[in-house]
Amino acid sequence: MKRFLRIARELPITAMLLLFPVLICGLFGQCFAPHDATLINPSLALRAPSWLTGQGWTYILGTDYLGRDVLSRVILGARSTLIVSVIGVVCAGVIGVFIGLFSGYLGGRFDLIIMRLVDMQMSMPAILLALLISAAMGAGLTAVIVVIAIVFWTQYARVVRGETLSVKQRDFVVMARVEGCSSRRILVKHIVPHVIDSAVVIATLQLGTAVMLEAALSFLGLGVQPPTVAWGKMIAEARLYIATAWWLPTFPGITIMVTVLGANLWGDWLRDKLDPKLRQI
Amino acid sequence: MLRYFLKRLLAGFICLLGVSIIIFVAVRLSGDVTELLLPEDATQEDFTRLRAELGLDKPIPVQYVIFLKNACQGNFGRSTRWMRPALELVLTRLPATFELGIVAFLFAISLGLLAGVTAATHRGKWIEQVVRLGALCGQSMPSFWIGIMLMLIVGVQLHLLPTSGRGGFSHIILPAITLGAFSMASQSRLTRSSMLNVLGADYIKMARLKGNPERTVIWKHALKNASIPIVTLAGFQLADVIGRAVIVETVFAWPGLGKLIIDAVYARDYAVVQAGVGLLSTIYVFINIGVDLLYGFLDPQIRYE
Repeated sequence: MKRFLRIARELPITAMLLLFPVLICGLFGQCFAPHDATLINPSLALRAPSWLTGQGWTYILGTDYLGRDVLSRVILGARSTLIVSVIGVVCAGVIGVFIGLFSGYLGGRFDLIIMRLVDMQMSMPAILLALLISAAMGAGLTAVIVVIAIVFWTQYARVVRGETLSVKQRDFVVMARVEGCSSRRILVKHIVPHVIDSAVVIATLQLGTAVMLEAALSFLGLGVQPPTVAWGKMIAEARLYIATAWWLPTFPGITIMVTVLGANLWGDWLRDKLDPKLRQI
Repeated sequence: MLRYFLKRLLAGFICLLGVSIIIFVAVRLSGDVTELLLPEDATQEDFTRLRAELGLDKPIPVQYVIFLKNACQGNFGRSTRWMRPALELVLTRLPATFELGIVAFLFAISLGLLAGVTAATHRGKWIEQVVRLGALCGQSMPSFWIGIMLMLIVGVQLHLLPTSGRGGFSHIILPAITLGAFSMASQSRLTRSSMLNVLGADYIKMARLKGNPERTVIWKHALKNASIPIVTLAGFQLADVIGRAVIVETVFAWPGLGKLIIDAVYARDYAVVQAGVGLLSTIYVFINIGVDLLYGFLDPQIRYE
């Protein structure tokens, strides 16, 4: 408790300022989005941001090629990004922590096989793996979550395995075993508390990367499908109109950048607080 | 050393075996190829015949062994879209990817190094803040967005550079900047921190005391001692750049391997996807082995176990 109070006093203001609006948009976006983000209105197509043309505050960030309000789409896009990346990273974390714990604790052949598997997967560029999985599963929300879970679990497995290996040999674990604790109790009560900090740090650091991967997949048309709004998809659609409509790619891109920057700063801060030895990864 | 090399090579081949399984499984899960190959009015017999011809009627493990044997001989099948052997197609696109990757890599490394060293030697000045902020932003921008914004500003608004295709040197500038931006950001962050670690050391003070000009102290004495993490990261970045080229090539219509793979995914041209992903992963694995070995040359203290 004391530790958390101390941490709370030094919260990273910049990261919070960047992430907070994104979080609000993701949670309550529909409530305050000025227009219907999916309403097609060809007569309003490709309007420049209204404050530039002196048309007041109706379409602040302009409209896209189908006359949809860019601001509303940017706001609503936060939801799919957050759902996909948070769930994906949590799934990856749960899988990776479990496998890493067992791999480190059991050792032997199981450990060897798991670590080989991690090596194999890491010998493939992440984006190619993501492409293959999306090609196999088809596009969509679930597919992207699966992609993120599969691409990211290896990092947890490696780090958690390493820490389990070292904690396993410490005196208190040996004592616990002498006292007759079951393996399950040793894992849950004695080992997990020591590895959970690293897992939390990795999860936070991965969040930014997950947002980028999600954006890249939806840019390639392999992410969430319309009518659900995704920032990457908005940028992909904007490519045809860059000669006339600069506002189409600009604003979704800035939002992605703000989200990733916030997540990265938050992750860096958490790492320095909880687990500075993770600096290398 | 030789032992380590052979061991590492063996591990690399095992990894490639794993990659081949991943590719095989992914392509099998993607659906029935015969439905794509045959016209809509094909009869049941046509399907059976084609499945037998392609070996799809055999058990899955047998199919995998056949796939692996063919892959080792460079036979990934024929592209259904281009009507040419997939490997041949992939190899003709490889030089373009290498060209882009190497230019982007050199750009990223040299500028990243320069920025990182400058930031470290100007502690607390505005230039350090600019480099740090730039690096943070550079790591937060998706490469496709950087590409589109560069096209928008430099290509469309200013008419300075061509925005798509491959041609003279002017064609490669924008894609290379786009592809290199992320690596440059990471490189400058790492260079800065490892230079800061070194600059406080006694031998740097000694080098200054001996009357060396500041330039020599920084670029020779300090950078040399800070170089191991920098070179390691640079090596991994070379591998990474080849991987990330997939997206940048799509943005700039650069006729490389990455664009070919993406087009093949859209066209469900699985032979090309297999060959392309297989080749890229092989390159990736070998670059990583090379980096591991290089690491040992640079730092003799590292013992290969």
